Amino acid sequence: MSQLTKETLVLNMGPQHPATHGVLRLILELEGEVILGVEPVIGYLHTGFEKEMETRTYHQNIVFPPRIEYLATFIEEQAYVLAVEKLLGITAPKRAEVIRLILAELSRIASHLVYLGTAAIDLNVTSLLMYCFRDREEILDIFEMVSGQRMMHGYFRIGGLQWDLPEGFAERVQRFLEDVPRRLDEYEALLTDNLIWRKRTEGVAVLSAEDAIRYGCTGPVLRGSGVSYDVRKAFPYGGYADYSFDVPLGTNGDAFDRYRVRMEEMRQSRRIILQALQGLPGGPVLVDDRKVALPPRRELVRSMEAVIHQFKLVSEGIHPPAGEVYAAVESPRGEKGYYIVSDGSNRPVRVRVRSASFNNLQALPVMLHRGTVGDVVVAIASIDIVLGDVDR
Amino acid sequence: MTRPEDVLVQRLGEAVVGQIRFRDEVTLVVARERILQALEAARDMGFRLLTDLTAVDRHPAQPRFDVVYLLTSVEPPAWVRLMVHLAADQTAPSATSLWPGANWLEREVFDLFGIRFDGHPDLRRILMPDDWEGHPLRKDYPLVEEPVEFRGHTPKVPSQIIPTSKPRHA
Amino acid sequence: MAVTPPPERGTLVSRARSPAEATEADLRALESNILTTTVDRVVSWARRNSLWPAQFGLACCAIEMIATAQARFDIARFGSEAFRASPRQADLMIVSGRVSQKMAPVVKHIYEQMLDPKWVIAMGDCASCGGVFNNYALVQGVDKLIPVDVYVAGCPPRPEALLYGFLKLQELIAQPGRRRR
Repeated sequence: MSQLTKETLVLNMGPQHPATHGVLRLILELEGEVILGVEPVIGYLHTGFEKEMETRTYHQNIVFPPRIEYLATFIEEQAYVLAVEKLLGITAPKRAEVIRLILAELSRIASHLVYLGTAAIDLNVTSLLMYCFRDREEILDIFEMVSGQRMMHGYFRIGGLQWDLPEGFAERVQRFLEDVPRRLDEYEALLTDNLIWRKRTEGVAVLSAEDAIRYGCTGPVLRGSGVSYDVRKAFPYGGYADYSFDVPLGTNGDAFDRYRVRMEEMRQSRRIILQALQGLPGGPVLVDDRKVALPPRRELVRSMEAVIHQFKLVSEGIHPPAGEVYAAVESPRGEKGYYIVSDGSNRPVRVRVRSASFNNLQALPVMLHRGTVGDVVVAIASIDIVLGDVDR
Repeated sequence: MTRPEDVLVQRLGEAVVGQIRFRDEVTLVVARERILQALEAARDMGFRLLTDLTAVDRHPAQPRFDVVYLLTSVEPPAWVRLMVHLAADQTAPSATSLWPGANWLEREVFDLFGIRFDGHPDLRRILMPDDWEGHPLRKDYPLVEEPVEFRGHTPKVPSQIIPTSKPRHA
Repeated sequence: MAVTPPPERGTLVSRARSPAEATEADLRALESNILTTTVDRVVSWARRNSLWPAQFGLACCAIEMIATAQARFDIARFGSEAFRASPRQADLMIVSGRVSQKMAPVVKHIYEQMLDPKWVIAMGDCASCGGVFNNYALVQGVDKLIPVDVYVAGCPPRPEALLYGFLKLQELIAQPGRRRR
């Protein structure tokens, strides 16, 4: 009998796949069901954000960040606006800061709901997708009430906000938040003690703390492995230092721990929003600096200077000093940072988007080493990637 | 209390050829030959997380490229930025020996800027198609805008409409 | 078609064993239980009320497409009960999101894998015309690659807008004289 040989199977999980959460291509090398190697191929959503942002003024660039990480839109806007404000050396008024914080935390809840729904439907818990999107619709209603748009808001401005909150915002948010613990308890009751869920996620896609740090992972991927690093606590920004909240940590670094971390983060976000709503100060929502923010409309009738400022700001834009800054926020996926280099003109020289999902996805081959094919879907869902963030 | 960046400057000694301080952030400019040593020293000092590895094209200024490394220390929380100036055809040493997470970051820099990294295990394009020519984020690579079709008139594309002002207070 | 009253309750539709034995009641029953139309209209009625989209979410518009399929906006009431994962089982491709240069051949490949008859909705500004992004990395509109039937504008279009585009597509399919490609 001739020599029996073995060969491995190379399987392509193509860019169009129901469970890859976007246009991600994976080349799996399999020996039976066991994965020997995974190679993610990305770039199928590369949009050229960074180059596009070099050709626009700082104000015009506000439209781009929500389209990069389209699930946590307010957090993206907050990151960009904070970076430009840092470059200019200004801070937004306190009321604007608190409103930004409330909307960012609502974005975080909305994003984690999408994670929960899609992670569940990947494992065939089809009803949870409906429940989570139903809750997300209520958050999107609040966003629409504030900014006019469900997703790509364009509400934050350099130096504050576009306009003040509408009446009834606080009551609306309170009413939504009253129901959140009951709903989260329902979803946890469906999943956490569910034998199938536990067997499919416990011990699966394990990433040790050492590996997580070596691959530059942040966010729930890093915290699920036990490393306590949250940008809101480490480098407080935007008023987070004024509120008390906990940062949940996992122990094993498996998919189940990341699920627990995200569920608890939703509850903590609710806690932050309630504190912020109680302490919402009055005052202006846009900084008074005429070189940065547009003057109020009623001044245009009276003051020629205001008209000139308006004209200069709209046509040429703001002129930050030459220099470079890095400002980071905690997005639901990890550390989202903007590194902006300016040369003193009205356009940035370089806008670098430090994306959380790009680094987190690098750790996927480590997570799937000697896993099985069924674990691939669980692993991708547990990293919670957004391909717009990966490819930019 | 000495800041971690200042301790790092002391430890690196003459590898640091310059410092840029702006808005309470510090960027340490390191000589190209000593960058791996500097990164390793920073990592051993506590900056264990490689947050970002990117490049800036300063064309037509010389040296053309800046390769920027952003490192984070988790406990105590601190950021430090290391920068290397590279001429147009110079290569940089690869940081994959220190952090496996630098793999894709360096591939992205190669893809978008054309900077090669010595010692990288698999340097090829990551975001653009494999047979793409050119490096899009370079300043001499155009944005490739398609003008809107009107009859009898070709309007300006957005980057021609938005005025470019000269650098003020540079 | 004239409208005749239905037969009385309890009467069988017909006891006749051949057309020669047909009675008055039989003829009345016949007229109320049979409608005449063309094959085209029936077939297009069936096709437009059971459009099954292929899961082809690319970017932000995909999130709004998922929201359209969920409980509040419920695309299933218009017939799209199932979003098929395989293009071979789908007859509608909703291109939701921006098509990059690397993704362009994949879009074409998936479109070619779909069986006739097939329709394409370009959802969102990026799929219609390149959207906000006029640069090297994106194909300026998916109609440079595949034929598009309905363009839905918006960035991203609201689920109601997508449903309106969907209904317009259904009207399009209902026109019997329209032969595609």
